[in-house]
Amino acid sequence: MMLDTTQCLLRLYEEHHELEDYQGGVPRWCTGCGDNAILTAMQRLCRDNDLKPEKTVFVSGIGCSSRLPHYMRTYGFHGIHGRALPVAEGIKMARPDLNVFVNTGDGDCCSIGAAHWIHGIRYNMNMTVVLHDNHVYGLTKKQASPTSPRGLKSNTTPRGSALDALNPLTVTLGVQNVSFVAQAVDWIPEVLYEILTAAFNHRGFSFVRVMQRCPEFLPKMFDPWLQNPQKTLLLTHPNGLKLSANMAKVYKNQQEHDPLDIDKARSIASIEDPIPVGILYQNPEVPCYEDLRNAGQLRTADYIRAGLEAEFDKFTVWPAGEERASA
Amino acid sequence: MSETLVREAPARAKPRTLKLDETIVEIVSDSGEGAQRCGQSLGAIAAKSGNGVWTVEIIPAEIQPPARSVAGASGNRVRIGARAITNGGDEADLVVAFNEQVLLGRVRAGELKPGCIILLENMWANDRNPAIVQSYTKTCEELRKAGYRVVEIPMEQECRKLVTDPRRGKNMFALGMLCSIYSLDLDLAREQIAITFGKKDKSVIQINTELLEAGWNWADANLDFRYSIPAVRATEPKLVINGNTALALGVLASGMDICAMYPITPATSVSHYLSDVFERVGGLVHQAEDEIAACAFAVGASYAGKCSVTVTSGPGYSLKQEGIGLAVMAEIPMVVINVQRGGPSTGQPTKGEQGDLLTAVFGSHGDAPKVVMAASSIEDCFYSVITARKIAEAFNMVVVVLSDANLATGQQPFPRPKFSETWLAPPVDQNAVAKGAKPYDWDKVTGLAQRFIPGQPGGMHTLTGLAHDRDSHVAYDPLINEEGLRHRSLKLAALQKTLKPPKLFGDDSGDLLVIGWGSTKGAIEEAVERLRREGAKVSALHLQFLQPMASGLKEIMQRFGKVMTVESNWSDDPNDEIIDAENRRYSSLAIMLRSRTLIDIDCWSEVRGRPIKPGVVVDVLRAKLKG
Repeated sequence: MMLDTTQCLLRLYEEHHELEDYQGGVPRWCTGCGDNAILTAMQRLCRDNDLKPEKTVFVSGIGCSSRLPHYMRTYGFHGIHGRALPVAEGIKMARPDLNVFVNTGDGDCCSIGAAHWIHGIRYNMNMTVVLHDNHVYGLTKKQASPTSPRGLKSNTTPRGSALDALNPLTVTLGVQNVSFVAQAVDWIPEVLYEILTAAFNHRGFSFVRVMQRCPEFLPKMFDPWLQNPQKTLLLTHPNGLKLSANMAKVYKNQQEHDPLDIDKARSIASIEDPIPVGILYQNPEVPCYEDLRNAGQLRTADYIRAGLEAEFDKFTVWPAGEERASA
Repeated sequence: MSETLVREAPARAKPRTLKLDETIVEIVSDSGEGAQRCGQSLGAIAAKSGNGVWTVEIIPAEIQPPARSVAGASGNRVRIGARAITNGGDEADLVVAFNEQVLLGRVRAGELKPGCIILLENMWANDRNPAIVQSYTKTCEELRKAGYRVVEIPMEQECRKLVTDPRRGKNMFALGMLCSIYSLDLDLAREQIAITFGKKDKSVIQINTELLEAGWNWADANLDFRYSIPAVRATEPKLVINGNTALALGVLASGMDICAMYPITPATSVSHYLSDVFERVGGLVHQAEDEIAACAFAVGASYAGKCSVTVTSGPGYSLKQEGIGLAVMAEIPMVVINVQRGGPSTGQPTKGEQGDLLTAVFGSHGDAPKVVMAASSIEDCFYSVITARKIAEAFNMVVVVLSDANLATGQQPFPRPKFSETWLAPPVDQNAVAKGAKPYDWDKVTGLAQRFIPGQPGGMHTLTGLAHDRDSHVAYDPLINEEGLRHRSLKLAALQKTLKPPKLFGDDSGDLLVIGWGSTKGAIEEAVERLRREGAKVSALHLQFLQPMASGLKEIMQRFGKVMTVESNWSDDPNDEIIDAENRRYSSLAIMLRSRTLIDIDCWSEVRGRPIKPGVVVDVLRAKLKG
């Protein structure tokens, strides 16, 4: 009884946040855009984990996806095309105490920012990275992206794109130090939320690819998957995604997959139809770069001075008679 | 005669020691034979003795140039003086060469004084390859014919008495000879060897000391010339370091926490040194996947914490432009160090040039006002970084610090800095933001605004590289765009109001004013001093701030009959056939000064990948005074 009262009193001083506390500007995405689903899931995630808005930063690059920080009421960094990851890494290195999220698109991450994507996986810094993959450039009005299916007619590929699509999952799973890879679809919000929560709770570089509808430029792209639940392969496991009874009833195409099994994860990753949804890989043992590099050390003036004077000593020419005194 | 009773072998009398005001020594070898270490050690010993010193590295362009090649000369130039030395000087007085090919490289580059002394390894005279013997013999003959004093020395043979592989060790023998020739204290030299090889086994120090002594003894017994350069033992402690080490120590002393970089010549050694020492005092060097990422990483770290720094050279600087523009737009403090090299493109990676001034000032698309400073000495490299960090954080601006390959590897003693807590960055502000405060609450006079840092309650906003209003909301209103541009520009004017006018070197009026920036300061001022001794009315002005520029420059210029800049970047030669007043491309600083002052400022420049010589500047200024 005493304990309960104390806990109640303590909880009075705790901060609690409502969904509105995380809602920023009114989204200017098109009606029906999958980005809205991702935004809602993000706001729910912040509320359910009671993330302090001032301790949370959403970092993005350029593209439709990258408008997301403007619609959050946390700190946001809407930077330049392709460079969301190195910016986020700098933030995390300087401030390991902040919750860092990255929202990036298939052009931002897989094309102009591809080098940073590969190395971001390798650094394995503790952040949640969401790839809004709509298979097309939307903000610049319909050009083929690296994840566009071969044959896609767009403004830069009027006779159909020439190359097969890049698979972000197999690429991510092929990089040393990969620690979390999942896939979700914007049209199953409950599972999207569960997967983002698992990603947030994983300590490391959590990479979530979200299949995202673009009603403006590829309105029919995902129709077959929306119409036929059998075309979604749900990956379940006691250590991975756990399905609610309702979900299990609708999406009967399920497979138990242990997220520790990287070989299996790689083979699932290469399946394009049905779309695998769930946690493909999770390894909590991979060290984070910011921990390896001892970031966030308190540096007092005396501490810096001592280090500096020791360096000066190495290069100092002393006047006659003074050398020994100082050494 | 009593002399006949003395049982000393050499009949030769000890040579008289000639006193010199200054001298220039070069040591050249194939890469990997240690001439650079020999030169650096000689410089350090002379500095410790109290001499003025400036060292210049002689670097082959390739990592592994073929042995015995004219283009492969690697080593050091050491200028030693009775007073302070501020540059590498003109031609060399004495050269030690480990083979005749690298020597020819220096001869053909015009780096040797007519009649200078050459101490040449003579093992090539007995080489098994007749072509080498012929090349060696012919070179000796020709150089003697040309008036050089060639002394052939059995360095290899002498070293072999002590070590099995004289290729490693000959450099310390040469150091011993030079210490003897220039009457330097052998104990100081022994001490220097102990410092140089301090990390290695004691036996390494022992054998190198023996080689040093052997060189000393050989020179003492066999050479008939001896010099001394009067030295004044310093009354205050001095640091002897090169420009890149000075930049790294500046980063350490500025209190910055994070340096993000990508390897590039000639900036990399800043990061080598910093990687070693920075982390011992809690700092961090992040080697990013590329130059763009290094810049973005520094932007991110600065945004969330203290001002960060990224270090690079020309091509890397080009790659960072978009990230720099983002920091300018979002008003994130950042220090960018550019150790300039020859350009454009890959250009001359190991050679110095002042080709990036206009890129630094005007780089990044759109109007991207940033502060640009240039270090003009090794000491300046250290203090520039501290000043840059302060300005960056006070004005929420990008501050570019320009150095170059000449400063990067040059060594010069300067007074040991006295630590001050004011150098350090303050802790990151995590206080709640005042109610109603805006992330870009620009002051209408100075353009300054308080920066909101993540973690500050109430300061939540989304920073953006898009045009934005005071709330950091994307600006769709045309007037808001102009408001942002205006306030970002005003910050430069606000800083400019705090700058003191630069001090003139020489009288404050006269016939000719020569203006420079960066590493050419020593050579320009030495040239001006020489001419002034002849009675010429010449003065020099050296700019530390290139953007913004201190006030009062125009007024100073108006007190001189003619004004010109001397720079190490491209300018068209007005004597070229199709070059005229309307199409001539001027040097970078001249362009900036002409547009700012509307004064007809002339320029002279040289882009030869080596430091400008004071003697060359003397000729240029003399011609300008006449013409």
